[in-house]
Amino acid sequence: MTREELDVIAAKEQEAAARVKRHIHVCVAAGCLSSQADNVLTALNSEIRSQGLENECAVKGVGCLGLCKAGPLIALENENVMYGNVTPADVPEIVKALDSEPVERLTISPHQPFFERQTKIALENSGRIDPERIEDYIAAGGYSALADVLNEMSPSQVVEQIVKSGLRGRGGAGFSTGLKWSTVVKAVGDQKYVICNADEGDPGAFMDRSVLESDPHRILEGMALAGYAVGARQGYIYVRAEYPLAIKRLKTAIRQAERAGALGVKIFGSPFDFHIDLRIGAGAFVCGEETALIASIEGGRGLPRLRPPYPAEYGLWGKPTLINNVETFASVPTILRRGSEWFAGIGTEKSKGAKVFALAGAVNNTGLVEAPMGTTLREMIFEIGGGIPNGKKFKAVQTGGPSGGCIPEQYLDTPVDYETLNQLGSIMGSGGMIVMDETSCMVDVARYFMEFCMTESCGKCIPCRVGTAQMHMLLTKISQGQATMDDLALLEELCDLVRHTSLCGLGQSAPNPALSTLRYFREEYLAHILDKRCPAGVCEMQLEAEVYA
Amino acid sequence: MLTFPKKIAPPSDDKRWRLVDATMRRHGHAPNSLIETLHTVQEAFGYLDQDALRYVSASLRVPPSKVYGVATFYHFFTLRPPGAHTCVVCTGTACYIKGAPVLLKTIRDELGIQQGETTPDGKISVLTARCLGSCGLAPAAVFDGQVAGKMTSLAMAGKLKELEK
Repeated sequence: MTREELDVIAAKEQEAAARVKRHIHVCVAAGCLSSQADNVLTALNSEIRSQGLENECAVKGVGCLGLCKAGPLIALENENVMYGNVTPADVPEIVKALDSEPVERLTISPHQPFFERQTKIALENSGRIDPERIEDYIAAGGYSALADVLNEMSPSQVVEQIVKSGLRGRGGAGFSTGLKWSTVVKAVGDQKYVICNADEGDPGAFMDRSVLESDPHRILEGMALAGYAVGARQGYIYVRAEYPLAIKRLKTAIRQAERAGALGVKIFGSPFDFHIDLRIGAGAFVCGEETALIASIEGGRGLPRLRPPYPAEYGLWGKPTLINNVETFASVPTILRRGSEWFAGIGTEKSKGAKVFALAGAVNNTGLVEAPMGTTLREMIFEIGGGIPNGKKFKAVQTGGPSGGCIPEQYLDTPVDYETLNQLGSIMGSGGMIVMDETSCMVDVARYFMEFCMTESCGKCIPCRVGTAQMHMLLTKISQGQATMDDLALLEELCDLVRHTSLCGLGQSAPNPALSTLRYFREEYLAHILDKRCPAGVCEMQLEAEVYA
Repeated sequence: MLTFPKKIAPPSDDKRWRLVDATMRRHGHAPNSLIETLHTVQEAFGYLDQDALRYVSASLRVPPSKVYGVATFYHFFTLRPPGAHTCVVCTGTACYIKGAPVLLKTIRDELGIQQGETTPDGKISVLTARCLGSCGLAPAAVFDGQVAGKMTSLAMAGKLKELEK
């Protein structure tokens, strides 16, 4: 395929779309599918056909529309109408109302902060294109960045653009993407690899999943651009086995891209070759750590190793390897298409662009949001998220999954970026944001995360393997009202030890949930220990049974 | 010159072994295709038994210890046959704070089994998932591949009754 052919496909698609008066989008991402969105899509298609409206209405299944709590969602693109909680039985009514006023009882206002406060970069096409058709992606400007870059820019110019954009890794640590790319460029090696980390293991986080399911071609384009920039010809996507739909759509996308000539040999008439293969994970949280992920792709147990050498110099099969997160790759095509200045103009001084967050827990609008860096937590939870349901009181927001921490009410006005969250004892992480109300017990939450880390510890280094088990035991003891103040002191000492002596990120960050709750909710710990009661009424006190004696 | 034994015969003439062979062939019987191959075995047979592990080990020329190590390291692989029906309860953070522990208690009360176990009659296996990514529907559970969101203790009991039939 050449650049001209790409334009032809795009023009043809846009023309076909313009001929149709109405565009009805049905969300078929995982959230809505689990509320039977596929049945709604089928019902809608047959209703349109039986009414003889095929030439007027184009129905398509699209990626995530964002407001997962009201699934299945339907959007009437031109009329700016959105319906939620649609069942197949509602379909005739919706079709009937196409020419008149929208169906009142199903309508969701698109003019609410949830939609209006978002800035979409990685989710640009999410909810707008059919993830299973490459033509749709091309019509939305897809692969044009790749075609232009291959023919007009040198690899070093691409790296320079990424450096200038200020993009930072969206997987958690927030390492500068441009710097990472330059390191791989400088590394010596005949063969280099690009890996997309789609092993989204944090419980309560589904950003990467939505991007993969809603816009798989964007990842392929981002990876190909990265491959060109760093001089790699082979890419791997390491995706969780728990995401069957994402795997299916990625497979389809790779096949389509290869057939269209957007992947494979001599892409867009340039001498650049790039292939992408899928590797399916098998359910190990530690494989989100880059060296463990590499070990897993190599077919072994996912054990991390000491860094340096970093994968940028010594990665997959000992070759220089670039590993980035799904969302990072998803931002790349947009940055190259719209320019690094545009991207650098969004966000805060040190954290550029927008970040996708998965809002979940005790919040009204659970779903997927992409907001500029620097949006405050209060705006995220009370404006975009619509506040706490059932008139309950806000208690804390947990960011960063098992490696993050709980942030209490007094810091709600903190702008969200990598540095501020670190200062608060949490991390940005991959973007999970779980809101907790007064019915959650912070000791119990800390115990929950510690149990997670304990089970997921790979067992290679002692501080993590033994430390997490001991900390879990202490937290259980506290939550059951059997602990003493000495236990609390021991817990704090252990947190410090595990944090500083563990081999990889999993162990180093495992104490974070405990440390942050100890920092902000110490009185809850004391209530469990001294008064033998749980202020939130979650923990069951077992005062007689000396389980751990 | 190094020589390897000729093609190793599958443990039985079950046709499903052909799927496994196809996966291994696609990767040129490379030792690093171990995880991919185990995925195919589990997809075809539902679990990994000793015969399968030995066969994969010999075919890919990977020591049995390593095959066993990999099979037990990853949560996704199971070495025991699953029940006729499966019920997976999501224990992700969002589901946890919205009541996943209550769902698990309901299962304990109704079926008398813990997570990771199968009822004695082999009908229902109860598993937990770290996160299904359906956090908007918390608490969520999966019954035979069908996701059910916003679960309650009552709905869980009803679903289990259905599966038991």
